[in-house]
Amino acid sequence: MYTDKVMDHFRNPRNMGEIPNADGVGTVGNPVCGDLMTMYIKVKDDRIEDVKFKTYGCGAAIATSSMTTELAKGKTLDEAMKITRASVAESLGGLPKVKMHCSNLAADALHAAIENYREKTKK
Amino acid sequence: MNSQKTRRICMDYSAGKPVDPRIVDEMLTYMKSSFGNPSSLHTLGQEAKKALENSREHVAKLVNAEEPETIIFTSGATESNNLAIKGVANRNKNQGTKILTSTVEHMSVVNPCKLMTRKGFQVVFLPVDNFGILDLEKLETELDDNTTLVSIVYANGEIGTIQPIKEISKIVHKKKAYLHVDATAACGQIPIDVQDKSIDLLTISSNDMYGPRGSGALYLKKGTKIESVIQGGGQERGLRSGTENIAGIVGFAKAAEIAGNEMPHESERMTKLRDDLIKGLIDPIPNAYLNGHPTQRLPDNASVRYSFIEGESILLSLDIMGVYASSGSACAAKTLQPSHVLLALGLQPEEAHGSLMLTLGRDSTKKDVDKLKSIMPGIVKRLRDMSPLTPKELKS
Repeated sequence: MYTDKVMDHFRNPRNMGEIPNADGVGTVGNPVCGDLMTMYIKVKDDRIEDVKFKTYGCGAAIATSSMTTELAKGKTLDEAMKITRASVAESLGGLPKVKMHCSNLAADALHAAIENYREKTKK
Repeated sequence: MNSQKTRRICMDYSAGKPVDPRIVDEMLTYMKSSFGNPSSLHTLGQEAKKALENSREHVAKLVNAEEPETIIFTSGATESNNLAIKGVANRNKNQGTKILTSTVEHMSVVNPCKLMTRKGFQVVFLPVDNFGILDLEKLETELDDNTTLVSIVYANGEIGTIQPIKEISKIVHKKKAYLHVDATAACGQIPIDVQDKSIDLLTISSNDMYGPRGSGALYLKKGTKIESVIQGGGQERGLRSGTENIAGIVGFAKAAEIAGNEMPHESERMTKLRDDLIKGLIDPIPNAYLNGHPTQRLPDNASVRYSFIEGESILLSLDIMGVYASSGSACAAKTLQPSHVLLALGLQPEEAHGSLMLTLGRDSTKKDVDKLKSIMPGIVKRLRDMSPLTPKELKS
């Protein structure tokens, strides 16, 4: 059902955990639907210096979270805003059709974290 | 995470069972040499006819049916449930148009019932308690002179809860309604006596007792008014046309015979394993709960749930370690809805998402159970460490 890449990220999730005193935090999803994820970012010179995630959900939810952190790390905030659900799925070698909408939320969580950072630092 | 593949452990026997090797040779005989059509008058046909009637006796015996002719062979439990519901409702619609069933039925009962509502029938899905036991008071109040059929599962395969069939039967027969019981998961595991329990129709599955797939039966008490769903050459007393699947029927009957003989010993062995497994899945892990009834439950069924984590990721974690299980989580389902059976117990969707269903089989051993007991706490902990829902005190 899942690609080897998805299973690799499920087995060995990258950047799992929290960032204490994160510069931006974004949470999307709903436990009622079976998926909830939180992204934490640390920003330096408009770049994502560090990013971590916490995810409740299925294999796709965990793998997309992990992949999103990999794609986001080191990018400028504008570049990171261009990471989409589709590009995350593509980087994982594809996702089952039913998982494309319900579990593929990690890019949204990343965007929410960036918006949260921008909101906080708005002068 | 340890990804070393060791012995493959199936803990999902309710999804599918291997065919008992003791019955395969006999089945092959009816595919290769005794391949006749029971409707033929010649010797080859009569050999098949003899095998068919002999098989009917074995299946009848397993459920203590009054005579072999009460057994109608079908293509499996789904067809039996369809025949029971549509056949009884349509045939008796001059007597009434109300059908009662429960909220913990298999989809092969739920969907035919839903179809009947679109054909002018009234269907009531009766509630169950937190253990999955039917609300008998509600049954009594909903049962009226317009009710022709009550369809209740003997024991639900997802949660294992066994219904009080005798009490249900007593209530149903206060009126003129027929009682259909879906015994797919129960038959072959626990003793079933259709006469003692006054069951009018009973669904029986072959694969669920280690017979071949594509084979099953509907027990039909003598005198039950029913019409066919499939019409054709009039086989099975006109109730199930189509040339009989003799190899499948012979295998089914042999499986029924074996199940009947081995049941006392096997159900005791399995119940012990089950209780050990449930204990190991719950006791060492905080916020872990049993689904279904603690004692009124099928010997093979260990259904549990874990807070703060999701079932599909539990299944994947187990699969990586060579253990095959099942879940009622939406994420593990085609429908993206959590199991209707778990929701019927009063669980919130987020509770149902954390469910893990393990079903034991004849090949299950203490070693398998011990393996589960040893790996489960680690799997739950890993996923909880990842989950934003887990309270702080459960981490580390």
